Amino acid sequence: MANAVSSAVEPITPASTPADAVIRVEEVHKYYELGTNRVHALRGVTLEVVRGEFVAVMGASGSGKSTFMNILGCLDQPSSGRYLLEGTDVSTLNKKQLAAIRNQKIGFVFQGFNLLARTTALENTELPAFYARVSQQERLRRAKAALEMVGLGDRMDHFPSQLSGGQQQRVAIARALVNQPAILLADEPTGNLDSRTSVEVMEIFQRLNNERGLTIVLVTHELDIANFAKRAIVFRDGKIKKDDLIAGRAIAEKVLKTMPALED
Amino acid sequence: MEEIIATVRLALRALARNKMRSTLTMLGIIIGVGAVIAMVALGQGAQEQVQQQIAAMGSNMLFVGAGSMNKGGLRMGWGNTQTLVMDDVQAIMRECPAVELAAPGAGAGAQVVFGNDNWGTRINGTEPQYFEIREWAFSEGTPFTQDDVTQAANVAVVGETVRKNLFGAVEPVGQTIRINNLPFKVVGVLIPKGQSAAMGDDQDDTIVIPITTLQKKITGQNWLRYISVSAKSKSASYAAQQQITGLLRDRHKIRPGQDDDFGVRNLADLAGAADEAGAVLTLLLAIVASISLLVGGIGIMNIMLVSVTERTREIGIRMAIGATESDVHRQFLIEAVTLSFIGGAVGILLGLLSAFLIPRIFGWAVSVSMVALVGAVVFSVLVGVFFGFYPARKAARLNPIEALRYE
Repeated sequence: MANAVSSAVEPITPASTPADAVIRVEEVHKYYELGTNRVHALRGVTLEVVRGEFVAVMGASGSGKSTFMNILGCLDQPSSGRYLLEGTDVSTLNKKQLAAIRNQKIGFVFQGFNLLARTTALENTELPAFYARVSQQERLRRAKAALEMVGLGDRMDHFPSQLSGGQQQRVAIARALVNQPAILLADEPTGNLDSRTSVEVMEIFQRLNNERGLTIVLVTHELDIANFAKRAIVFRDGKIKKDDLIAGRAIAEKVLKTMPALED
Repeated sequence: MEEIIATVRLALRALARNKMRSTLTMLGIIIGVGAVIAMVALGQGAQEQVQQQIAAMGSNMLFVGAGSMNKGGLRMGWGNTQTLVMDDVQAIMRECPAVELAAPGAGAGAQVVFGNDNWGTRINGTEPQYFEIREWAFSEGTPFTQDDVTQAANVAVVGETVRKNLFGAVEPVGQTIRINNLPFKVVGVLIPKGQSAAMGDDQDDTIVIPITTLQKKITGQNWLRYISVSAKSKSASYAAQQQITGLLRDRHKIRPGQDDDFGVRNLADLAGAADEAGAVLTLLLAIVASISLLVGGIGIMNIMLVSVTERTREIGIRMAIGATESDVHRQFLIEAVTLSFIGGAVGILLGLLSAFLIPRIFGWAVSVSMVALVGAVVFSVLVGVFFGFYPARKAARLNPIEALRYE
């Protein structure tokens, strides 16, 4: 465990868990049964992320990073080991409880945006609050605030097909934030975007991280995108290979100024 | 509640996205519900018609018929005993408190002649109260009198069919007809009653004369074929039936355990039997129509399964952002029910339109009942729930990771 961060190798007891350890993963394994073959996707992952961190997760395809993200996002559960999200052990929860955790504590941003077609930006943004049984008025208020924060206050009634890729991704970010989650999970959020729009999205992430202290876990295979994070984790063969703080972190706001403006 | 409304709105929008497909799917339910309503209306219309005909026979009426005779094990069938006589009529009037009126009855087929025309019909002998019992009014003239009975007078009352065939345009009252070469004076014409619901024969094809005249001058028999009885009220008809049975068994000296030599038929029973037959008809029509509703339901299931597959990614997104299995289940179930409910509502309009057109085109009686309308809608909603359940469950059971990856 030489590569793991120092805090994670210490023996884990509740007393040593600081209140703001948002993510705590302990010796997580994940196997898949494929016919008679057993695929070992995660081979003992231990990790802690405290509140306010901005972690980039990197690794080649097949390294286990997607499986790890699915577990972090409560879309999947570990075969063994524990996963504590804000102190709650989610590895033992049933499907309904997992859905509630996804709804309340996790904000997802995907590579393919994953907005509902023929549904306005506002309605897309409202959706997690709808499933949280939030009243219609409150839903509307929160969704509008979230859209304004990502700079789409003037495009609330647009359908995804009427928005650019960058704008769609910003709607997705607004949707991820509408229930004030504990963590924002972004899976290749810039994979479908051009370089300037990618930096714009990173600028929003950095702003959320700095101003609101939002914990962000960002999966990417692009090094220059990972450089916008504070900490980088590299997966290889189902294990964490490297876990370092990023020196010389890129600041999106400054990078944007050096980039030529493209028509949106 | 707000949640349900929002989900219904969501369902409407999803259905509006594929207007052609939704309309075709609904068509199955529309036709099914329309057919159920039209068929039940038709069945109930027929039922009501039969009831009206039975009521036309006289609502509190009972028949006492001469029974079957047992000649050394040979049972002769109804109307063959000679034990029912005039004294029985008087005894019934005298001794059965539930009986209002009783009139004797006997008959014979005869050829009737008027001028150059002749007509074969049935001659019925009775007493004047017969017309009261049967609630049979006169379109012209009057009934014969008790005096006519006492004197065995040659007077006759003719039914509408006889009037038409024998007299044509001639005014019958005051004319003389010949029955078995005996002259009879026509004193009255009965209003038409139509076909009898029970027997299906033409009740208006008859000539009614005093019982005494029939017995003495035409048949030469002193026994009766039947006695017509009216009970004091509809509810008294069962009591009347029992009193008559007891009385006649006593008078005819029938030992306990021995079969009656007469039969008492209650029109309430007859109405009940006809009602039952009508209900069976209605049920059969409703079942046939329900099959089309079932087929419509299968159509809904088919389309919902296609829809779930097409929207796998949407389901994945919803689950990722926190929709539970029951949220997804509810969404698709409500979509199916919305389809079937709208189909049901339009189907009601179609059914009402059919119920309006059928009597005008085919001349059949219809009766639209509220029960059928409500039942059809409830049933169509149930069809939506039943056939939407499996696709909705399929959607709810999707694995969010795989659903998100679905292209």
